[in-house]
Amino acid sequence: MKIPVIYNLRSLRQRPVSTATTALGMALVVAVFIAMMALANGFRAALVRTGSPDNVIVLRKAANAEMNSGISRQAASIIAGFPFVARDETGRPLISPETFVVVPLHRANEGGLANVVVRGVSPAAFAVRKGIEIVEGRPFRSGTREVVVGTGYAIRFPHSAVGDTVRFGDEDWTIVGHFSADGSSFESEIWGENEQFMPVFRGEIFQSVTFRMQDPSAFDGVQEMLEGDSRLFVDAFREREFYANQSTLLAQILNFIAIFIAGIMAVGAVFGAINTMYAAVASRAPEIGVLLTLGFRPRSVLASFLLEAVVIAILGGAIGCLLALPINGLVTSTTNWTSFSEVAFAFRVTPALLLNGMLFAVVMGILGGVLPARRAARQRVANTLRAG
Amino acid sequence: MKFTRLILANLLRNKRRTFLTVASVGVAFFLYGTLRSVLTTLDAAAEVGSEARLVTSSASGITFPLPEAYASRLATYDGVSGVTWANWFGGYYKNPQDFFAQFAIQANTYLPMYPEVEITAGDADAFLRERTAALVGIGLMNRYGWQVGQTVTLKGTIFPGDWEFTIRAVYTPTNPSFSAEVLYFHYDYLYERTERSITPGWFILKLDDPDRAAAVAATIDAAFENSNAPTKTETERAFQAGFVTMWGNIGFLVRAIGTAVFFAILFVAANTMMMAARERIGEIAVLKTIGFRNGTLFGLVITESMILALTGGIAGVMLARLAFAGDNPMNSFFPGFGVTGETIVLGIGLALFLGLVTGAIPAWQSARLSVVGALRRIA
Repeated sequence: MKIPVIYNLRSLRQRPVSTATTALGMALVVAVFIAMMALANGFRAALVRTGSPDNVIVLRKAANAEMNSGISRQAASIIAGFPFVARDETGRPLISPETFVVVPLHRANEGGLANVVVRGVSPAAFAVRKGIEIVEGRPFRSGTREVVVGTGYAIRFPHSAVGDTVRFGDEDWTIVGHFSADGSSFESEIWGENEQFMPVFRGEIFQSVTFRMQDPSAFDGVQEMLEGDSRLFVDAFREREFYANQSTLLAQILNFIAIFIAGIMAVGAVFGAINTMYAAVASRAPEIGVLLTLGFRPRSVLASFLLEAVVIAILGGAIGCLLALPINGLVTSTTNWTSFSEVAFAFRVTPALLLNGMLFAVVMGILGGVLPARRAARQRVANTLRAG
Repeated sequence: MKFTRLILANLLRNKRRTFLTVASVGVAFFLYGTLRSVLTTLDAAAEVGSEARLVTSSASGITFPLPEAYASRLATYDGVSGVTWANWFGGYYKNPQDFFAQFAIQANTYLPMYPEVEITAGDADAFLRERTAALVGIGLMNRYGWQVGQTVTLKGTIFPGDWEFTIRAVYTPTNPSFSAEVLYFHYDYLYERTERSITPGWFILKLDDPDRAAAVAATIDAAFENSNAPTKTETERAFQAGFVTMWGNIGFLVRAIGTAVFFAILFVAANTMMMAARERIGEIAVLKTIGFRNGTLFGLVITESMILALTGGIAGVMLARLAFAGDNPMNSFFPGFGVTGETIVLGIGLALFLGLVTGAIPAWQSARLSVVGALRRIA
């Protein structure tokens, strides 16, 4: 027969300070775990969202990153002519041959320099990429020294309002609009017309070509045709995978750090829980004796004390989740070393992550409770009653 | 110390609890030692860049090269006693995810300016003579199990193709914070094998007098301001510190985690001390009855918690010190990673503070315990 849960809950209320300190210890472990994971999550999400699964990005063979790549005008027009490139209503290809450079610009608050991506796009770029939306001002006009900046850029850099000018590549550029890009790393960039940037930066060469596929499911064939074409010397990637891959290494490092730190902290918290539960078992020896005398099986006593430890852990896990929740959406930045530029992203606390945090707490509770619970179940009735 | 035996007896009456508490304090201080060492190592890494060397790069950004002709112009400035240059190669060995730095250098001017690069195996002359030779850090040699004389093939990303290098010399950095995982090779090799024209990525200038660094840098940048390729000149230390800050606010992250660890362990230790004191109410009442003063009792409990915290704290930081001594996996990320003496001293201070805080409540409770009430409760 099972011992009612209410017995455990009332026992916990009997020693509020001990319960609270044990739970708080676990709460901090869970909070650190969630916060670190949210950091990794946010960075990955920003880069995963950057690419679309419907798009293909083409780089010079073995370049691996846009910055290292070079695609000639001729190659770009060959690519634009392929039938697998999607077209808009007027029949123009949805393709954007792009220039890509990073320039150092002064940040708003601490004044230091940060590397910012300056991307020269074709006017079709806004149609090629689906999530791009001008939230203030207007798109740049072709043939002018006008640029639009991402909302993530606008927050962090001074003089980024519509109408301001920004200086890079020894020229002044007028900001005519702000765009959002669904939280992706594009929001940390400056976009202008590719033809305007070419003479200023690297001359007659694009860095990448991005186009929408006519049939997104036919990627393998598209890749084969592009990489096998002897006129081109290119690699083709699904745009989403290309950007998502840039997050893999850093996200892995962050995940590892999260598990390393939370794991070590968890050892400490579990030891604390073991202490608490042993004390609980010791001080309730007579009660346990009574329970056993009444006919509860040792197995039920074990389950009951284990449950009590898990209840403390769940309490701790819940507090930990609450502590970690406010960081959701907090914007921070780091460098995407593949593009050598600063990317702004938001901490992302997802329901799945909270669930993981709770699971983590429950595991800590079980580890902390199992030995004391076994001790409780193995008590000899006569001894426990005599002790009382 | 006539109470030594009493304190010891109290500590040892529940050996399991004492052990668990010391161990949980210990793991927390291990973590403290590790985290703080990340900060001290990063600080040390920022110092490794010399203040006696200037770096001149393009004002448009580090990815834009500068004309080679600048080398001779830069050498003419007052206070500059040597000029060399380097390029970022950006290749990889077998696995693109497996990162290490490769620099194409003007070797006969570069090496004299870097006394940190001490050649400890192979032959410097053999490296200088051979166009396709490479000078490799000891850490990188160990990482890939390379041998002197071996030919290694790197895949270029910025400079396409397969690049073969013959390892002719190995260096061991004289400063532990200087990376031991760099591959240096000849700029001439890069220049001749690449179809498009190559120019230097950045220049390194040696200064006669480091105190004049700011003035020299300002003079140079002013002179090139209206040229085709304006420059940005700063001390090598500032140049490298720029890369560290690019990771984001690591200091804040580490401090936030450290604080959480400290409080988590504070709760665990405080709970233990309170449990220990609660169990002993009867004994404390007896001690009071036979004439122990309140202050003495307070001292006894505080001393006990201090011993717990100190034992755990010292064990934790020393363990961290041992774990990260010599060769350890952290060295790949942070050259010269190790727990400094300052971190240990600070850790012991923190442990004392922890002991004081966690012992305070039960000590205070013991001191003001009512004898009659306590004895009645256990009777």
